[in-house]
Amino acid sequence: MIATALEQSRLKFNAVFGITVTTLLIATAVIGPWLVGYDPLKLDLPARLAGPSARHLLGADEFGRDILSRLVNGARTSAWIAFATVLFALITGTALGVAAGFLRGWTDRILMMINDAFLAFPGLLLALGIMAVIGASRDGIVLALGLAYMPIVVRVVRAAVLSIREREYVEASRVMGNSEFITMARHVLPNCLAPIIVLATTMFGWVILSESALSFLGLGVPPPAPSWGSMLSTARPYISQAPHLIVLPGLCISITLLGVNMLGDAVRDWLDPKL
Amino acid sequence: MTRFILTRIASAIPTLILVSIAVFGLLRFIPGDPAALMLGDLAKPGQVEAMRIQMGLDKPVVAQYLIWVGNVLTGDFGRSIGTGQEVLPLILNAFSVSASIVLVGVFIAALIAVPAGMLAAWRQNSPGDVGVIMVSTILLSIPSFWLGLMLLLVFGLNLGWLPVIGYVPFSQGFWPALVYIILPVTTLVLSEAGPIARMARASTIEVARLEYITHARAKGLSEPAIMWRHAFKNAFAPTLTLIGFVLGSLLGGIAVIETVFTLPGLGRLLVDAIYARDYPVVQGTMLFVAAIYVVVNLFVDLLYPFLDPRVAA
Amino acid sequence: MMDGTAFARNPMLSVHDLTITIGPNGKRIVDTLTFDLASGDMMALVGESGSGKTMAARAVLGLLPQPLVTAPESRILFKGDDLTRIEPKAMRKVRGADIGMVFQEPMVSLNPAVTIGEQMAEGLRLHHKLGKAEIRDRSLAMLERIRIKEPTKCLAAYPHEFSGGMRQRIMLASVMLLKPRLLIADEPTTALDTLVQRDVLDLMVELTQANGTAVLLISHDLGMVSHYIPNVVVMSEGKAIESGSSSDVLRAPKHEYTRRLLDALPQRSAGGSRGGDCGKPVVEVKDVVIDYPGRNRLFSKTEAKRAVHGVDLTVRRGETLALVGASGSGKTTLGRAIVGLVKPTSGEIAFPGAEAHRPMDQRARRREMQIVFQDPYSSLDPRQRIVDIITEPLKLDKSMNGAERERRVEQVFAEVGLSPDFRRRFPHQLSGGQRQRVAIARAIVGRPAFVVADEPVSALDMTVQKQILLLIRELQARHGFACLFVSHDLGAVEQVADRIAVMQDGRIVEIGERDDVIDRPQHPYTRQLLEAAMLIDRRFAENDPPKQATAL
Repeated sequence: MIATALEQSRLKFNAVFGITVTTLLIATAVIGPWLVGYDPLKLDLPARLAGPSARHLLGADEFGRDILSRLVNGARTSAWIAFATVLFALITGTALGVAAGFLRGWTDRILMMINDAFLAFPGLLLALGIMAVIGASRDGIVLALGLAYMPIVVRVVRAAVLSIREREYVEASRVMGNSEFITMARHVLPNCLAPIIVLATTMFGWVILSESALSFLGLGVPPPAPSWGSMLSTARPYISQAPHLIVLPGLCISITLLGVNMLGDAVRDWLDPKL
Repeated sequence: MTRFILTRIASAIPTLILVSIAVFGLLRFIPGDPAALMLGDLAKPGQVEAMRIQMGLDKPVVAQYLIWVGNVLTGDFGRSIGTGQEVLPLILNAFSVSASIVLVGVFIAALIAVPAGMLAAWRQNSPGDVGVIMVSTILLSIPSFWLGLMLLLVFGLNLGWLPVIGYVPFSQGFWPALVYIILPVTTLVLSEAGPIARMARASTIEVARLEYITHARAKGLSEPAIMWRHAFKNAFAPTLTLIGFVLGSLLGGIAVIETVFTLPGLGRLLVDAIYARDYPVVQGTMLFVAAIYVVVNLFVDLLYPFLDPRVAA
Repeated sequence: MMDGTAFARNPMLSVHDLTITIGPNGKRIVDTLTFDLASGDMMALVGESGSGKTMAARAVLGLLPQPLVTAPESRILFKGDDLTRIEPKAMRKVRGADIGMVFQEPMVSLNPAVTIGEQMAEGLRLHHKLGKAEIRDRSLAMLERIRIKEPTKCLAAYPHEFSGGMRQRIMLASVMLLKPRLLIADEPTTALDTLVQRDVLDLMVELTQANGTAVLLISHDLGMVSHYIPNVVVMSEGKAIESGSSSDVLRAPKHEYTRRLLDALPQRSAGGSRGGDCGKPVVEVKDVVIDYPGRNRLFSKTEAKRAVHGVDLTVRRGETLALVGASGSGKTTLGRAIVGLVKPTSGEIAFPGAEAHRPMDQRARRREMQIVFQDPYSSLDPRQRIVDIITEPLKLDKSMNGAERERRVEQVFAEVGLSPDFRRRFPHQLSGGQRQRVAIARAIVGRPAFVVADEPVSALDMTVQKQILLLIRELQARHGFACLFVSHDLGAVEQVADRIAVMQDGRIVEIGERDDVIDRPQHPYTRQLLEAAMLIDRRFAENDPPKQATAL
């Protein structure tokens, strides 16, 4: 199918916008705090709930802490958690998915039974349960969200392995005399990469959203550390006095998610030209 | 067909058993002695021992699990540590709040998003299609809790049209109840319409390129007739699955939206119980929510053969 | 420009200068195509994939997929209207009622979610404004006419409950129910088994002739066309390059391309069967039984299915044994079992020739047997370069060093006729025929003693088929490997086989020298297969002018 001009420009826009936002997020996370040079935890009580000023470019929160500095450090928190979580879910999920798809038989059945039980917990519930057990902390979120998203990775990887291993080029490799291991490493896994990459990009957005939701519920990054979700949560009582405390962190989350989602669409279009 | 229904129902049972083991096991990982937690810091050692026996903690783990499951099956979810109330009525009350908002919200979202997605797909790459994609991607990217806060800020505080927080059950009159759920439902509609529209669009595009659509055109059918009679059923099937997932996971407590609008729903119940370390409530709510999710998805699976008769074959 | 009016008495459909482009002013898919079709006549548009024949047919009903468009100078006159210019609403009145269309893939051209009855009723309701009872009566009568068992039950059934051949009959019935003036049939039997093909075509001719409906058949198969259709237009790269009565075109082709197409039609290989002077047995299959295990689930049980029922076979050095049968006959399963992809339930598969050749361990033994699959699109790893694909089997041979491997691969490129330019390319950058050459190169690079070719040409165009079949035969002459050629296509088999084994329902019903099996078939099933295989009408091949081109 030949893409029309409108579709092509949309795809190009997706890619450009997605890459720009994601790069900005990473740049902010890495060098932002150093650029702002203001301690996100420093209290400035006279400036409580103040609007933008020369001292606090984006105003100050209910304890007089600098909003800009907290937003920038929040970006670092979000990006770090998202990367660590996606990496954790991908590594564990791919290992289990490959094991299930490769060994099949009872290993597969038992793994999938447990996996399906994990998948039977909707949305954030599993992460909430795990947070209830281990208590709120930054590493706790990575573990909780990582475990909550891992079963999806297992499913996708296993499905990819099972479908690819039936392809004729994989059979040709067996007929050639290649061992199962070589066949797997040389012909099956490389061809499973596309769905894994697409999933990883999509998951990056899910994790940022989930982390901010957990933090908003007070079960995420513990105060006083800055995080976009917990900034929304603590600012909630002051919504009428200082709406900018609510508007700014939300805008940060939304724009980041928009960028990541568009990047995900672009990656999907690029790797899977079918849709 | 009967065989298909029985198989699907039977396959949900092991899932439910594993879910109950997971919920039970999860709470066993909590550091510290549940009996001591239950009694608080001031308990004497003797009391703790007595509590352990009363709670059955002296028995082997498997026996403890079986006793717990047996109780749950008879409707006994235990009592809340904090208030001493029975857990099941707490859950059911909270569920009625979450369910009324979720059912209305998802229904309206589907009513808007499914036709929007399908029409967009039918006119693929037209300006209207691009519009639907843009709007749904933006909606997808706004966190529901922030969207709720913004609606609250604008319509509740600045314009003062609607009450800001609280909940009135429908049993106390339709209009007052309606006024209180307008904002939460709107939030839900806006945040769920995005993914549903995207799914409806993607699956319609997939169907629209199939040969039987061209065949229908070659018969002389009009475009609306082709869309309704030939594309809708086939394209709606995957969308229905997504709606099932959304419905199931939301029924399990739209914790963030309930927090924004301080609604006494299931999600809020769970989060408050986690704060308060009220483990019987945590355990009961998690099990209930997971079970609802499994049942809703089972229900969707059972509806599937009406859309695609091949599945039941 | 050819003279399209030569065989049209009073044209009902007149296509004039039909040009189809990708977007306005884009690449031309169909280029100034002109032909006429008289009322009640039959005509075929013949060409290979990419010749534009399907799009030309779709343009008649205005069913071009985006972004294809007909160029403004095109005219398609039907009953006085120009179909390229009429209003969409008027076009919808023509579709179905005046011009019906049957599609290639019966598996995807009936809606899986709508009952057969409803799909049949739809057209009648729309175009003939009939009542419910009347629609039902007519549908039932039609289903009876096409010999569907239990027509009442069929009306309430869904498409997935029928086989491909049945679906195609139902499809034909639902289109002919509206009594159109013209039927466009787009490769209606390409996806079907040989035996079923004949059935469906006979039915098509029967239904259209009874109603006086003209037929525009789109096909790649000159053999089939020669049996049924009196007039042809041969298309290549969007252009009509030759047209006229089938007998004229087939007997005295004017255009170079038509000649090549005709050359590609199955002919017996020169020199006849080489069966007599063949060497020692390479593969001995003794009493092999293969079961597909049934699944045992709660509330549902699938019985174990026996795919192969105790088969004995011997393939000798340097010979090609063709294994012929319909789909589901177990021929592919048997071929896969020999190369070790399927484990036989019982029986023995021995390799006496190979064992003398080299000391055998399991892997080395495998290297002696290779397979070429049917679909060159899925049999090559999309992420490997061509040179890596071909080198891979040699990597397992530890006795070779890098330079030797390099030399052998270079040699194989030449042997299979691949330019060295392809070395660094990926499979998706190659055409189907080129990919199949790569697959063959991969199979023979290690000089195996035995090659299974599993329908190696059925996914390819006619002219390419011919080249690949010749290549296999040439390579065999050079390397002397034994070949098991699995195929449903007697035409292809006739060209390469020394001996033929006919398989039906998991058993070999007849086996013998090629000429014996084809000229003097013993088993009724073989005779049936031969009859159904529409090898080109012998009258053309033998230059004996037929009085009438149709088989009717």
